[in-house]
Amino acid sequence: MTVTVSGPLPDEVYDVVVVGAGVVGAAIARELARYRLRTALVEASGDVGDGTSKANTAILHTGFDAVPGSLEARLVREGRDRLASYAEECGIPVEPIGALLVAWDEEQLAALPALARKAARNGYRRTRTVAADELRSREPHLGSGASGALEVPGESIICPWTTTLAYATQAVRSGVDLHLNCRVTGVGESAARSPRLLTTGRGPLRTKWLVNAAGLYADEFDRLLGHTDFSVTPRRGQLIVFDKLARQLVSHILLPVPTALGKGVLVSPTVYGNVMLGPTAEDLDDKEATGSTAEGLAFLRERGRRIMPELLDEEVTAVYAGLRAATGQDDYAIRSHPEQGYVTVGGIRSTGLTASMAIAAHVVELLTEAGAKVGTARDLVPVTMPNLGEASPRPYQRADLIAADPAYGALVCHCERVSRGEIRDALAADIPPSSPEGLRRRTRALGGRCQGFYCGAAVRALLDASGADAWSSSSLREAAR
Amino acid sequence: MVVGAGPAGLALSSRLAASGISVETVDREDQPGGVPRHCFHSGFGLRDLRRRMTGPAYARHWADAAVRAGAVLRTGVTVTGWSEGPPADPLAVDVTSPAGLERITARAVVLATGARERPRSARLVPGTRPAGVFTTGELQQAVHLHHRPVGRRAVVVGAEQVSYAAVRTLRDAGVEVVAMVTELPYHQASPATALDARLRHGVPLLVDARVSELLGRGRLTGVALRHRDGRGTTVACDTVVFTGDWIPDHELARRGGITLDRASRGPSVDGSFRTDRAGVFAVGNLLHAVEPASTAAREGLLAAEPVLRHLAGGTRPLAWIPVQVEEPLLWVAPNRLDPADPRVEAGGFVLRTEGRLGPWSSLVVRRDGRVLHRQRMVRGAVPGRTVRLSAAWTAKVRAEVTAAVRDPDGGPVRISVER
Repeated sequence: MTVTVSGPLPDEVYDVVVVGAGVVGAAIARELARYRLRTALVEASGDVGDGTSKANTAILHTGFDAVPGSLEARLVREGRDRLASYAEECGIPVEPIGALLVAWDEEQLAALPALARKAARNGYRRTRTVAADELRSREPHLGSGASGALEVPGESIICPWTTTLAYATQAVRSGVDLHLNCRVTGVGESAARSPRLLTTGRGPLRTKWLVNAAGLYADEFDRLLGHTDFSVTPRRGQLIVFDKLARQLVSHILLPVPTALGKGVLVSPTVYGNVMLGPTAEDLDDKEATGSTAEGLAFLRERGRRIMPELLDEEVTAVYAGLRAATGQDDYAIRSHPEQGYVTVGGIRSTGLTASMAIAAHVVELLTEAGAKVGTARDLVPVTMPNLGEASPRPYQRADLIAADPAYGALVCHCERVSRGEIRDALAADIPPSSPEGLRRRTRALGGRCQGFYCGAAVRALLDASGADAWSSSSLREAAR
Repeated sequence: MVVGAGPAGLALSSRLAASGISVETVDREDQPGGVPRHCFHSGFGLRDLRRRMTGPAYARHWADAAVRAGAVLRTGVTVTGWSEGPPADPLAVDVTSPAGLERITARAVVLATGARERPRSARLVPGTRPAGVFTTGELQQAVHLHHRPVGRRAVVVGAEQVSYAAVRTLRDAGVEVVAMVTELPYHQASPATALDARLRHGVPLLVDARVSELLGRGRLTGVALRHRDGRGTTVACDTVVFTGDWIPDHELARRGGITLDRASRGPSVDGSFRTDRAGVFAVGNLLHAVEPASTAAREGLLAAEPVLRHLAGGTRPLAWIPVQVEEPLLWVAPNRLDPADPRVEAGGFVLRTEGRLGPWSSLVVRRDGRVLHRQRMVRGAVPGRTVRLSAAWTAKVRAEVTAAVRDPDGGPVRISVER
């Protein structure tokens, strides 16, 4: 079990290096861990899932609205079933609450049958048209003017943080090396099947096979190997997360009827018991522009007011923005370059979470076809993830856990009801957090309505004692010198 | 049962226990005392205890008083929700603590869960999400309870009394305060406090300005400000403290189906601190975010009588007369009257205004068009500070109802401002 965060990298030749520990890279590393291969997962940031993966809309899609016949359509369909059973197996929170595509005018209402036919072409036949009165009885807090809906009962909400962490944890426990704070800056020429030399911020790294799962930077990485067939335009999505007290307002994922401009703004419960409004869709050229804007928030509030006016009276818990890796192409940009021993996994958009396990299987196939000797698959070391979801009991609700260890009854973060035991476990986990945000993604601590008014100082003290926080007192003191 | 061991909950517990009632007081924090625990400035206790104390000393005073009087005080105990009580006991809550899960039943539950400051996200301040962003509550705990370094250059958002407390805490932590920013055209603290910060400590006050964006990746590097006239500027800093803008911590109240005041977001109560759920009372800053600790403690003491009346089998009103405010007033607490017994135990009403009220403006209380009371405010009022209204006129409401002068149901009581 090897996770490194600093210092030189192991002086050995890996069979496969996966660049990028987002949900897709972590899934690929996990899939590779089934085989007798020396695999490394390398990540520029100090944590897994720290880029695009941490800030998506957290939906486990059916793929009903994919482009029929596309690679994305197939991988989403396959990935959905794989992830659904994986989630059950290792405790990733999922709630199958179903979606309603709400039509707000006659034109949108008229578009629903075509969407149902498209879903059928994608192999999804459980859609159903819902009349206005039934829609109102099922979602009584919808704004006025909703004229009907298409029901997609298979759409679910999922925890994206636990998913990435489960993949990475299982990969590491099954023998994959994870190197964090390790940005790959250069790729050496490879001569006929001899190992390739990668230059990283932490020194050289040697590998026979290379997988590019660099997310927003997949195009730039591709350029290092001479490929220019796609470029990534970051598409920003800003989201507003409302307080848990708003959760009773909505019981389905409320999707808009898609238009030429994109999938539009949705209102959805989260597995943490909140309600999410968003995202915006803004094409940018800065791959680090993850800030929210006054215009974006005003736009979301205007949309939200129409979809569900009462939602706007609720307190806002969080505002965030994520960047999708848009390529201007209709499909994922997954390309195998056998002669280079290289596979690019680019253009993975918001469906990437759903498709991740299928993408991983597909990539291993591509590597095998290209000549990688993977051998026979073996079982992975099982993992059980801490439950961050509201649908099943959390530690503070479990008498058995608290009886065995009273730390699970000592609540530190009151809004999210996170115990000292859970924070301790996260700090001691195989892949510990490197920041308060990382701790939040593992436990929900600091993620609630007070945003630290009550517990912030205590949680940060625990984190600092573990030496994990980059803005801890010791680093601040050093910076002050 | 009392939920929350801040000044209000502790003061109430001490008085109830002294009356021979069996009282259990729970708090989710490890130490009792509520917010004063981390307010290290002195000035506590002057009004109610006639001596000068720090916040922690004040917190200890009331915790000791409650325990001495015989209340069972339990900390590290979180009330996680309401539960179905056994038939004979109408009220029951579920709690979690290191001792496990429990169901506590009581004949009266008093909510004293306090208030919090709205964080940056709830204020919809756009920008990046860097480290270095605080509320006063988190800042004070970080500095005074955990002795942690904060940053080097700070901007304080707000210019209320609590904002100046944040400035003091920052100074104690060795942080330079580069500016205070308020959207209003003036500060809302006492003149002495504001002058002291500005003149003696050189903290500039930027008025008519708001934070329009947070800047920086990883760590805060600055805040963008926008002036009312549209001018923009950027202030370099590594720390920003969002102060004031309080919201009652009303989760338990709301989950119990208790009606809240739309504007204050605290539970609606009458002059006896009764909510619209039988046997459930609410006191302290849960009702009016935020009053000084002494006000909260005083309410706790005053709430004892009504709770005792309830335990002795007191009746509940069939209907309440709403007490409403008109612009620019924001809200009033208590905000309903029992027609049969409209007394106000706290001795008066607490209000807030959205805009400045000039000197010599008046609060006017009317019901069905009849003026019940007129109260002149010699010094006027500003947003974010207490406005008090006498409760003497409530006797007239009672007289009206008893005599059934007109329609006994009548309309609401309305409070407006005349300039």
